Amino acid sequence: MSLFKSLAVKPWERKGIIGGLRPEGAFDTSPEKVGLSYFLVIASVVFSLFMVSYVIRMELPDWQPLSEPGQLWANTLLLILSSVLFQWTRNIVSSDKPRNLMTAFFGAGLFAILFIAGQLMTWGNLQEGGFYLTSNPANAFYYLLTGLHAVHLLGGLWVWSKGAIRLLSGAEAKDLRLSVELCTLYWHFLLVVWLILFAFLANT
Amino acid sequence: MAYVPLADQDKEMEMHHPHSWVEKYVWSQDHKVIAIQYGSIAVFTGIIGLTLSVLFRLQLGFPESVDFIDPNFYYQAVTMHGMIMVVYFLTALFLGGFGNYMIPLMCGARDMVFPFMNMLSVWTFLLSVIILMASFFVGGGPTGAGWTLYPPQTAMEGTPGHDMGIVLMLISLAVFIVATTMGGLNYAVTVLQYRCRGLTMMRLPLTVWGIFVATILALFAFPALLVAAIMMLFDTLLGTSFFMPAVIEAGAPLDHNGGSPLLFQHLFWFFGHPEVYIVALPAFGLVSDVLSTHARKNIFGYRMMVWAIIAIGGLSFIVWAHHMYVSGMHPYFGFFFATTTLIIAVPTALKVYNWVLTLWEGDIRLNAPMYFAIGFIFTFIHGGLTGLFLGNVVIDLPLSDTYFVIAHFHMVMGVSPILVLFAAIYHWYPLMSGRMFHEGLAKAHFWLTFLGAYAIYLPMHYLGFLGVPRRYYQIGATDFIPASAQDLNASITIAAIFVAVAQLLFFVNIIWSLKYGKKAEKNPWGSASLEWQTPDLPPKHGNWGDELPTVYRWAYDYSVPGAHEDFIPQNTPETVEPTVDEEHFDPDQDASKADI
Ligand code: HEM
Ligand SMILES: [Cu+2]
Repeated sequence: MSLFKSLAVKPWERKGIIGGLRPEGAFDTSPEKVGLSYFLVIASVVFSLFMVSYVIRMELPDWQPLSEPGQLWANTLLLILSSVLFQWTRNIVSSDKPRNLMTAFFGAGLFAILFIAGQLMTWGNLQEGGFYLTSNPANAFYYLLTGLHAVHLLGGLWVWSKGAIRLLSGAEAKDLRLSVELCTLYWHFLLVVWLILFAFLANT
Repeated sequence: MAYVPLADQDKEMEMHHPHSWVEKYVWSQDHKVIAIQYGSIAVFTGIIGLTLSVLFRLQLGFPESVDFIDPNFYYQAVTMHGMIMVVYFLTALFLGGFGNYMIPLMCGARDMVFPFMNMLSVWTFLLSVIILMASFFVGGGPTGAGWTLYPPQTAMEGTPGHDMGIVLMLISLAVFIVATTMGGLNYAVTVLQYRCRGLTMMRLPLTVWGIFVATILALFAFPALLVAAIMMLFDTLLGTSFFMPAVIEAGAPLDHNGGSPLLFQHLFWFFGHPEVYIVALPAFGLVSDVLSTHARKNIFGYRMMVWAIIAIGGLSFIVWAHHMYVSGMHPYFGFFFATTTLIIAVPTALKVYNWVLTLWEGDIRLNAPMYFAIGFIFTFIHGGLTGLFLGNVVIDLPLSDTYFVIAHFHMVMGVSPILVLFAAIYHWYPLMSGRMFHEGLAKAHFWLTFLGAYAIYLPMHYLGFLGVPRRYYQIGATDFIPASAQDLNASITIAAIFVAVAQLLFFVNIIWSLKYGKKAEKNPWGSASLEWQTPDLPPKHGNWGDELPTVYRWAYDYSVPGAHEDFIPQNTPETVEPTVDEEHFDPDQDASKADI
């Protein structure tokens, strides 16, 4: 039943059992996924508010645009690869005959780690070029936004590492299914966030 | 496939049953224990907030009569009082305390969806309180920038706690946000996914609706505070200039340049206004259930109540700048926010009408919880009306930053939610403890608190009209404030001390009754909602014994014509409902019913 329809029912008139296997209006998926989606909304709000602040702060006279390091293109590629590999992992764990699970799973994590390393390198290069955190608000926002994104990814990697330990200690593909599904969703989300951030930073 | 209620899936995965005292009461994953832990920490913090308020009231009523209350301490006390009461006391008690206790029981679930995360939530909350309290012990003391933490004042030499105090405050807030996020995730997902069989959203008690929508508000509002806190931490610790403008302090320019203090205000109030409804909505929900139960009548206009909760929740995100009318905004901007602010009063007033109409021709039982609930209607109308004054730009300009604002938000956000808290604690005390409280003591507590609150806040409106500014250590001689204002201030302080001490009645009552209170019978108020229908009182770990309940009706079947009792519990099957009254009993008809 649609949201509006269910808000319009007159509960004092409807007696008896309503709903089948799950309570009416519940999402047809695992609670973990609903929980993760809830978290993704929060993370989106956080990133959006930072971007709104960015735009407001940008209007003030002391703003000097930062030209983003070209290396970000390479980093973006790494993150895309990581996401693709996670999608592959996901397909593997949900198939009947899991093959190449190790390769896909560890590859996904590895590229994510490389992405973070790449982001740290851009930070180093900026520092060397004299673009310090405090010298201009544009720089401050660059460090803040990329840092925040990396922290989110690190959180994902923490979950990934728990899966990795389980995989190495002989867990089967189906045991990892939920965790891989959640990670994949999270990775795609962070990729989208990164693409938006990158486009946003590069155009301002 | 047999019916396996969603909320019972874990039974096969086996609930985490505690084995020792420590596991049962300290590292507990039972939502009821966690609720009590949340509540106790919040109340403890609230007592500190209350004590601080008595101290700064002493300064206001009897200037310089207490040695250690110098201007710095005054500002620190006011700041910590505000932040503690809004965030660490009310928010934590309503969401962490009542949210945790009520949601699984009212949804007919065994526990929250993620009990472990629930446990983490309460310990993270404790951590945030410890960090907050730590600021009392660091050099410079806690921040004294006002609970709104406006920059650049937070960082200026002259503000107490401008170094460590503010940093600890910001970190503590960030940690608190993590805690509420973990909690909120549980509340929302439990309400959505773990309702028992037959329990549609529109059959939920309004308590659950209030807490649920408040959780959704928190989902959008707290990030704004987090973002503001992070940027301010950068400004304070790392020397960036997100918010900090170029300032000259003691003749020398600070390192900052060009930041926007106004940006902070927008972020803060984008959080701050929804925050007041994060507190208010659960209170609305709880009070609706108390009123309906003790009036033996279904809540008037249930659907409208739900819609109003949702409407208020949505609208609360587009009114924030009514806190900033004096910040020099464009008149059209002010016009927009005045309009939205007045619009939000419509669903709010609707709720008030519905509460009053619930009482209309009800079979009212004047039990102690009902006293508090009816008292709430008074104080809330009162505070709501002054809100309408302040919502208009031209009226707000002279009143902003005076005691009128203090009076407004204490009526609406201080006294009102606290009356609901007392109503709710007394109402659900038998459920939580298995004992009855002392009725006479509770009523005495009500009258002292209710009348005392008026003695405190009614005169403040008048002070506000006189133009007495808020947040002043001492007023001194002015042309426009008559000397008699000081007498009023003294009387307010005396009333405040009275009310503070009167709360002992409450604590004595609930602690004494734990041991010596009369044993509560099952469902002592004759309530129709699910939380009272557990096999044990108080409910055991897992809540429902062997089998989850099935729900056949909404939560407000009170005084149904023809029913045996004046309430029908939610889990009473339809067929048992005796729709025939004895006089016109027709056995044939009844026999035909048996076939169905
Ligand atoms: C009838 C609807 C309401 C209206 C029109 C309204 C309007 C306002 C306005 C315009 C202000 C700003 C005053 C100023 O600073 O000059 C204000 C302050 C405040 N209101 Fe309300 N309000 C309403 C209901 C509420 C409710 C339900 C709550 C909380 C449960 C609340 C809590 C507060 C608080 C905490 C402040 C003061 C914040 C501060 O400056 O420290 N208000 N209100
Ligand atoms: Cu407001």
